[in-house]
Amino acid sequence: MAYLKIDHVGIAFQRAGATTEVLRDVNLSIEKSEYVSIIGHSGCGKSTVLNIVAGLLEPSQGGVLLEGRAVSGPGPDRAVVFQNHSLLPWLTVRENVELAVNKVFRGKRSKAERRDWTRHNLELVHMAHAENKRPHEISGGMKQRVGIARALAMEPKILLLDEPFGALDALTRAHLQDQVMEIHGRLGNTIIMITHDVDEAVLLSDRIVMMTNGPAATIGEDLRVDLERPRRRLELVGNTTYNDARAAVLEFLYARHRAPTLAA
Amino acid sequence: MVHSARVVALPNLKTAPPAQQAVLHPLAPKPVSVLSRVVRIGTGIVTQLAPPVLTIAFLLILWQMLASSPTSALPSPMRVIGESWEIIVDPFKVGNGIDQGLFWHVTASLVRVAYGYTLAAIVGIGVGVLLGQSTLAMRGLDPVFQVLRTIPPLAWLPLSLAAFRDGQPSAIFVIFITSVWPILINTSVGIRNIPQDYRNVAKVLRLSPIEFFTRIMVPATVPHMFTGLRIGIGLSWLAIVAAEMLIGGVGIGFFIWDAWNSSLISDIIVALVYVGVVGFVLDRSIAAIGHLLTRGTAAQ
Ligand SMILES: Nc1ncnc2c1ncn2[C@@H]1O[C@H](COP(=O)(O)OP(=O)(O)OP(=O)(O)O)[C@@H](O)[C@H]1O
Ligand SMILES: [Mg+2]
Repeated sequence: MAYLKIDHVGIAFQRAGATTEVLRDVNLSIEKSEYVSIIGHSGCGKSTVLNIVAGLLEPSQGGVLLEGRAVSGPGPDRAVVFQNHSLLPWLTVRENVELAVNKVFRGKRSKAERRDWTRHNLELVHMAHAENKRPHEISGGMKQRVGIARALAMEPKILLLDEPFGALDALTRAHLQDQVMEIHGRLGNTIIMITHDVDEAVLLSDRIVMMTNGPAATIGEDLRVDLERPRRRLELVGNTTYNDARAAVLEFLYARHRAPTLAA
Repeated sequence: MVHSARVVALPNLKTAPPAQQAVLHPLAPKPVSVLSRVVRIGTGIVTQLAPPVLTIAFLLILWQMLASSPTSALPSPMRVIGESWEIIVDPFKVGNGIDQGLFWHVTASLVRVAYGYTLAAIVGIGVGVLLGQSTLAMRGLDPVFQVLRTIPPLAWLPLSLAAFRDGQPSAIFVIFITSVWPILINTSVGIRNIPQDYRNVAKVLRLSPIEFFTRIMVPATVPHMFTGLRIGIGLSWLAIVAAEMLIGGVGIGFFIWDAWNSSLISDIIVALVYVGVVGFVLDRSIAAIGHLLTRGTAAQ
């Protein structure tokens, strides 16, 4: 029995009388502590898959099972790090995390415990030093780290990352990837991450799920990345497993399922 | 790498000012530095105050020159001070009927504005929140509001007098109906503009409706709300002066009307100065409250 099961999921959007089928027959099983990346061309429906798992979108067909139980509606057991951090600008860094911690653990942990837990999660992403700053006072990479801390602090069963490093420069991106790998290694979270970046997918994932182009997109290929952890980016440069995985994903994206139109 | 550099930079920033002072002190002995600071603050005040003071002085002199010919229809500033000396020096005078000091007239007007405006704020924000939540209600009511809000304040007065048969509630109603639209429309726009991301955060956290209201909706909408509240207070003050001219009783509007009927042009000018200054203070007060409440949000 898989930890998370996306079962024959399809979704169509109605707009101005016209119906567009975005996803058709998406099936995916994920084990506990697995790190799964979803990769595909822009607009194919990656965020839509993630939002269905998060419960923010209702699928037209099929459903999502978490630990054997059907998911309905959003909840803190499936924490999302959104494509653009989405911290609340009127709260400080600490208050943003605290909002989540207080909501999830009120009545289960004492006030002092909740405060320590907030602090602990900020330390995990190395952001405790800026806890009293507001989001507009910190850099993009820092905001994304706070978003990750907020998600981690909910102790979710599954962590959903929608292009978490998409808007960052290469150095910051590499640094954050290392931090997420380290946290995953330490806590063993179950993670689904959406990405555009082939290297990122291969470096971080246990499995890479490749999506075909829409409309009616589905999973085209599911590739296992058998690299030992902890992984270090420098040591992987000449690694054959790494290079084969990379080649397979590139082949899928650029030879077999090219971007439908350049304008898209 | 990038990250650790930032961490180190932070404490450095904090210790920077003392280090600077330490460098300054040996160079500049203490008494001189205090003196120079006083001079610097003094210069600051002067550069801030000098332009408006000079401008006002210039305008007064211009006015004095234009109005000092014997054929001039309007009094010069010197004549205004001479003729209206009584009401200028005794704003707290208590007399019979409408023979009150200007302070009491202004207070009476402000009380009417306070009633009407408070009512408008409550109704405007309340209905604005409801409307912003419902696309359908918005679609239906928005055109109605857009038409209603263009009706000039005084056009409501006859209707309101017919309905209430009394000056006081009519004036308050005119204030209400004038200032409610910008508050209502801006609030509902603010609610509709809450980014989907914030709503998603609320959903993932399973915030209750009350938590959503206090933690997300209010802070996200407050800047818009205060835009509306600020426009509203300005309109209220415009409307009350005009409404009081027609209604009578104690109030700065009727004071002006009464002065006009008695041909006391100088009194009117003094009253106008009061109206302007009070309007300015009202506007700035709402802006200041808004600024206080939106600290941190406005930057986003
Ligand atoms: N609420 C909606 N209503 C109508 N169409 C939608 C809606 N949400 C998404 N779509 C459509 O579904 C398709 C997939 O969107 P989605 O955001 O999942 O793509 P994506 O793979 O995440 O793209 P990107 O990589 O650019 O983020 C797009 O063509 C989009 O226009
Ligand atoms: Mg997306």
